[in-house]
Amino acid sequence: MLKRKDLLGIQELGCDEILEILDTAESLQEISSRPIKKVPTLRGKTVINLFFEASTRTRTSFEIAGKRLSADVVNISASTSSVSKGETLIDTARTLDAMAADCVVIRHSSSGAPATIARMTKAAVINGGDGAHEHPTQALLDALTIRQRKGHLDGLKVAIVGDITHSRVARSNIHLLTKFGSHVWLCSAPTLMPVGVEQMICDNSQFLHTTNSIDEAVADADVIMMLRVQFERMSESFFPSVREYFHYFGLSRARVHLAKQDVIIMHPGPMNRGVEISSEVADGPYSVIFDQVSAGVAVRMSVLYLMLGA
Amino acid sequence: MDLLIKNGRVVDPERKIDRITDVVIRDGKIRSIGTANDVELPVFDATGLVVAPGFFDIHVHLREPGTEEAETIRTGGNAAVAGGFTAVAAMPNTKPPNDNPSITSYIVSEARRSSPARVFPIGAITKEQKGETLAEIGEMVQAGITAISDDGKPVMDGQLFRRALEYAQMFDIPVIEHCEDLHLSKGGVMHEGVYSTRLGLKGIPGAAEEAMLSRDLILAEMTGGRYHVAHLSTRGSVQMVREAKARGLQISAEVTPHHFTLTDAAVADYDTNAKMNPPLRSSDDLAALIEGIEDGTIDAIASDHAPHHMNLKMLEFDSAPFGITGLETSVGLAITQLKLSMKRLIEMLSINPQRIMRVKPWGLFEDSTADLTILNPKRKWTFDVKHSRSLSRNSPFHGWEMTGKAVATIVGGKIVYEDR
Repeated sequence: MLKRKDLLGIQELGCDEILEILDTAESLQEISSRPIKKVPTLRGKTVINLFFEASTRTRTSFEIAGKRLSADVVNISASTSSVSKGETLIDTARTLDAMAADCVVIRHSSSGAPATIARMTKAAVINGGDGAHEHPTQALLDALTIRQRKGHLDGLKVAIVGDITHSRVARSNIHLLTKFGSHVWLCSAPTLMPVGVEQMICDNSQFLHTTNSIDEAVADADVIMMLRVQFERMSESFFPSVREYFHYFGLSRARVHLAKQDVIIMHPGPMNRGVEISSEVADGPYSVIFDQVSAGVAVRMSVLYLMLGA
Repeated sequence: MDLLIKNGRVVDPERKIDRITDVVIRDGKIRSIGTANDVELPVFDATGLVVAPGFFDIHVHLREPGTEEAETIRTGGNAAVAGGFTAVAAMPNTKPPNDNPSITSYIVSEARRSSPARVFPIGAITKEQKGETLAEIGEMVQAGITAISDDGKPVMDGQLFRRALEYAQMFDIPVIEHCEDLHLSKGGVMHEGVYSTRLGLKGIPGAAEEAMLSRDLILAEMTGGRYHVAHLSTRGSVQMVREAKARGLQISAEVTPHHFTLTDAAVADYDTNAKMNPPLRSSDDLAALIEGIEDGTIDAIASDHAPHHMNLKMLEFDSAPFGITGLETSVGLAITQLKLSMKRLIEMLSINPQRIMRVKPWGLFEDSTADLTILNPKRKWTFDVKHSRSLSRNSPFHGWEMTGKAVATIVGGKIVYEDR
């Protein structure tokens, strides 16, 4: 069982906690392959999915995870615009406590919103992705996928390619993988590389590297993690065009061959085929993109169980 | 308005006084400085205390007219005297903004009616602070403004800022700039650096301030205008002001207590009371500010007192407004955080602010209006925001222990605040 009320980020987790989540996820994974995919573990617990930002896969993944453990799962789609019109996070938090929710999964476009709600609720809060801050369950499902393919989480070379500045997936993965002693190579245009990223992690900074060259990032890599690029970044002049972006940072089959023979290719989804990743790579033999989705359900079951069970 | 202040350490750097003696006040004015026995006046025993010219905070937001739920001229004035300030200069970003003489007159008359502290209004540089055309600066001067600024909204148009620096010379008033290149700072909510990267918050680079300051210094040199830079926050800014002064420019600069006390590390748990503009900077910037204070590059301490209603500070970090209250913590933080001589402290809190604003001077001399701040530099106290005189509660210094406090504030010979 996790000895913390909330799961807000990977940064504050210890390796032992991460391993407990992954081990538990592995033992729960089998439930999803049963004919009747349900156990009564969280019967009578209420999980609220509070999504201030559009999401299909994360919300569905949490919903399925909760339901396989027999929790009552409620989805609330709140628009951020109603918040900016004056409803404060405190009101939102109080409302959820008044409904006696046991757990709230929050996704929000503003970094720190789950932390603010967590301070004011009795319910356990799970960060389902906040702004450009963290997306802890994504990093955990990525770690489970990597561990199941590679057998371990240490000593690997992991390339994370794309819009690092705006990516919470990148941040959570940086924290997690460097904690275990894998080398993380961040690759993007200088415009999409956040200031001071080399000092972003307090410990283990020897495991963090940056480059503008995708060839350098993927050379001999064990894992290549591609990030989604958002089209609105073009209008803000982070890069000039999709064509040029793919030329410098897109993952083509030729680039995959620079990596290790048993490289795995990951993507948090949803993919922009032909923008950051070519279709032949996404659907190719190295791709584990859909394994990540399955691991997502297991990891979220694990987190819900470890935070709400017993 | 008669008072005998007995046995205090009377310090006025401008009049070169620093000795233990008495001050006689009659009809709201200082009548004599020197041993006074057998005087039939109410006595204020200042043994062990410092008697200084009234402190002047040249950068506050009083929110009236328009946002009276956050602060009024009366409550802001109460907070000022509780913090040891006998006078404040009020920024023009009210609703509507102070960009015409009728608003100026309203502020002046409301302050006379309800504020225990003197209030010097600052007029807008441009109509509605839109940065498009000059406001009626001359008429506002006649109505009582002492400076112009579009504070919070920098004048991005260089030509217009040049005109402001030129035009203001007719009235010998300073032009105060909130230095921020709005393109470089766009969308930013905290200092751009390791912390913004870790927290996933959009950063405001130090360059946003420095780029604008550098343009302004060039224009100040070209026009010979009187330029004052608000709330310096970066090492680069301190260095540019230092060099400009060395070249002989008639410019001045202020710093806030929060910028010389806190760094961007204070944002770590998304505390909206650590959100202000300019943002809390790095520890290297903080060190440069202290160097600038010590070597005289920075002239004044000003709080940028920016009250906001609690409801707004309960929003997400991205959505919460910039700014914190500061009137009641400014003096305590200055004494606690900076190891300044009493002379230098008083220069930064009273003498230089008076000079920058070109107000009729007050101090420890005969016939001066009796506006005095009485300090206990050794007094230990804890700031409790729940007891703040401000209408707002947005301070990051709640629960802070400080050494040094204004224990009495005297305006026009009247004790308007006392906490002994």
